[in-house]
Amino acid sequence: MAASSVAASELLYNMKKQILILHPKASCLIRRISTRSSRHYSQPQPRAKSAPEQLVGVVGLEIHAQIHSNTKLFSGSSVRFSAPPNSLVSFFDASLPGTLPVLNRRCVEAAVMTGLALNCTINRKSLFDRKHYFYADLPAGYQITQQRRPIAVDGMLTYSLLGGKKRNQVMRKNVHIKQIQLEQDSGKSLHDDLRSQTLIDLNRAGVGLMELVMEPDMSCGEEAAAAVRELQLILQALGTCQGNMSEGQLRVDANVSVHRPDEPLGIRTEVKNINSVRYLARAIDYEIRRQIDVLQRGGRVQNETRAYDSKTGETVPMRDKEGLQDYRFMPEPNLPPLIVYEDNTSLPTGTDACQAVVVQKIREGLPELPSVKRDRLVQTYGILPEHSFTLVNEDGLVEYFEAVLKSTKKEPRKVIGWVTNSLLGHLKQHDMSPGLSSCPRRAAGTPGNGTHLLFGCQAGVPGNVEVIRQDGLTDHPRAGFGTC
Amino acid sequence: MLSLTLKELSLALREGSISPIELCRKCLNRIKKTQHLNAYITVTEELALKQAQEAETRLLRGAPKGPLDGIPFAVKDNFCTENIKTTCASRMLKDYVPPYNATVVQKLLDQGAVLMGKTNMDEFAMGSGSTDSAFGPVRNPWSYSASYTEQTGAAPDSDWVVSGGSSGGSAAAVASLTSYLALGSDTGGSTRNPAALCGIVALKPTYGLLSRHGLIPLVNSMDVPGILTRTARDAAIVLDILQGQDMRDSTTVPAPSSPTELPEDFDVKNICIGIPKEYHAPGLSDETLAQWSRVADMFERAGARVEQVSLPHTQYSIVCYHVLCQAEVASNMARFDGLEYGHRSKVDASTEAMYATTRHEGFNDVVRRRILCGNYFLLKQ
Repeated sequence: MAASSVAASELLYNMKKQILILHPKASCLIRRISTRSSRHYSQPQPRAKSAPEQLVGVVGLEIHAQIHSNTKLFSGSSVRFSAPPNSLVSFFDASLPGTLPVLNRRCVEAAVMTGLALNCTINRKSLFDRKHYFYADLPAGYQITQQRRPIAVDGMLTYSLLGGKKRNQVMRKNVHIKQIQLEQDSGKSLHDDLRSQTLIDLNRAGVGLMELVMEPDMSCGEEAAAAVRELQLILQALGTCQGNMSEGQLRVDANVSVHRPDEPLGIRTEVKNINSVRYLARAIDYEIRRQIDVLQRGGRVQNETRAYDSKTGETVPMRDKEGLQDYRFMPEPNLPPLIVYEDNTSLPTGTDACQAVVVQKIREGLPELPSVKRDRLVQTYGILPEHSFTLVNEDGLVEYFEAVLKSTKKEPRKVIGWVTNSLLGHLKQHDMSPGLSSCPRRAAGTPGNGTHLLFGCQAGVPGNVEVIRQDGLTDHPRAGFGTC
Repeated sequence: MLSLTLKELSLALREGSISPIELCRKCLNRIKKTQHLNAYITVTEELALKQAQEAETRLLRGAPKGPLDGIPFAVKDNFCTENIKTTCASRMLKDYVPPYNATVVQKLLDQGAVLMGKTNMDEFAMGSGSTDSAFGPVRNPWSYSASYTEQTGAAPDSDWVVSGGSSGGSAAAVASLTSYLALGSDTGGSTRNPAALCGIVALKPTYGLLSRHGLIPLVNSMDVPGILTRTARDAAIVLDILQGQDMRDSTTVPAPSSPTELPEDFDVKNICIGIPKEYHAPGLSDETLAQWSRVADMFERAGARVEQVSLPHTQYSIVCYHVLCQAEVASNMARFDGLEYGHRSKVDASTEAMYATTRHEGFNDVVRRRILCGNYFLLKQ
């Protein structure tokens, strides 16, 4: 069921895009008849069984991705992690009166690149707005964002899950991207309860963010985690965001509700404070279970914001966000509309191509995306899709695999098992990443023929890896040496 | 000397018949003599003399920076001036010292002009009389003219007329001969109004022509830096120096290629003047109407085409202006919370309490009223 509806949904989506490209002025509406995977409106279906259907989870995501750029979105101060507090703050970031925003072109390109990679429609003209609220880490009393008309809309992220009994079946799923908008990051507040004060660090204030809104097309923590993981890989491949959740480069808030299929959506809660992909899955699953529990006991789910506590594995209501905020949106008067051009021919006369953001040029410069890479590995090496999935999922593993093949000249299908099981397992045991080891070694014997491959590398140092013909596997990695 | 035009003065300075230092001292003395006008919030005496000295050196060498080298100017106190107190005539910024110069100020300084001081204004440019300042109102220099005092029998100290606003201090400074040109700001007439009341020339440039970088904003989408001088030709000279695209202000446009200089022999037959009929509004004073007619006749007699035109939405303009202005004001004033700069209240029970009292103490009624109205207009519900 899942596979066919996903394929159909994708087909319709692509059709719609094609129609709009060929006939830009046509309005195109494709109605979706309610099925299990469609959440947009419900239509009662004849029920064969008499038992009531189970409550299921509905998950949407709001993701803030910090743009990987040298300077901030509207000012020239640097973007760096872990700098001394308030050392990367320009006059504009501190909201000194009389300062004005100046848009950073790299941030626009990053947003367009990301939009293209996610199959979005890039809005030729987009607008900036002010979103007002008072908070100590927001010096101007408002955030500059794109509420009315963001830079990119209507995209699709395809992600894969390993499912089935042996968790080796690759299942493809889609999630719709509602929009991508450019906005400013806020500063950081550190609460010092001892002295009853709050310390503000404005280093992060004004850093460029892409806010990605994912429609509630997911149904559980695992799906959300897989979608976010895929997004991380895409952003890292593009270079538009480093995607590190623990460093705050990628922040994910989940919108969770439960309902019976074919019934209207339930009340949703927003879950924040999630610092890793793993916690994301746990937080969502906990929240779904909590809501089901509340409803089964005859209670009502409240529309609230909850924080994930990684220690207890629970979500708790957040005291800060009481009541609905009216953000008093207003157009940002200091920034004219943002225009991006489709190609060089659509540039106004006299405009230097280097001065403008040209979508065609960005499209041509897109690097190989993870999904394409996976397919290529399967085609080139004849390995199984689930192996390709694992290879691409680990930073540096593809390069390592290809290098091993090059120097050992062994058959890919024989090497892949070793790489994805023994090597990866060993690396994880020692908390290392394949990206650290640089040169592969010649194997004296074929892996899988009773020959064990030993390697050693110093953590943190691109080391030499030595493959030794040996019968047993030792536990201690040692600084290797050898020819490369 | 003090009533020369820019062109005449510039020539005299180049010829050496007037010394920049002597000129500067004369202006500073006059400022002291006209203190009762309250035109200046800050007088930058030391800096002015230093700049005048440098100008003198350059002029003696025959290497002036431009037509304004050595010429005293004043700046409204809502333009940022590096290391010089910039208050916007508000308690909120009474001790605020910006770390940078506004673009238009920098351009004048780059010309070698000599900064006399920062002029008084309505608090945060909200007003049309220069009466709502934390430092007291600005008095119109004409309050002390013989014609006024004789006419009204006024006692000089207690009876005076307003200078108009919100750039009242700048207008009074130029009208009282303490500087040859001044910068004001104009959103809804704040440069033109005081100039009219003080009998000098004001130019409100088209939005986008002059950079607003460093101009503490009232309404970002309408503010412009304004030019106040004693003659139209002087205003043209200053416009030429100040106009132009600024990378730091995304709403600026490149300066037009046609020169701004007014030709010596200007033929009035080439211009067409429109008289908007809606401006003949109820409440217009007889005196104003008389002057208006007199000038229209003058142009007609000189050969210009004078025609009646209609601006049918005039009656709605003031209401629209107020709504838009207050909405932006509410937004622009949000940054004044006492955290990063400016006045901070001693109340520290919580961040909210600190914000609220800081803003209550720092802003006057006019500002607070406009913020409340603006927020009301911006609210969704």
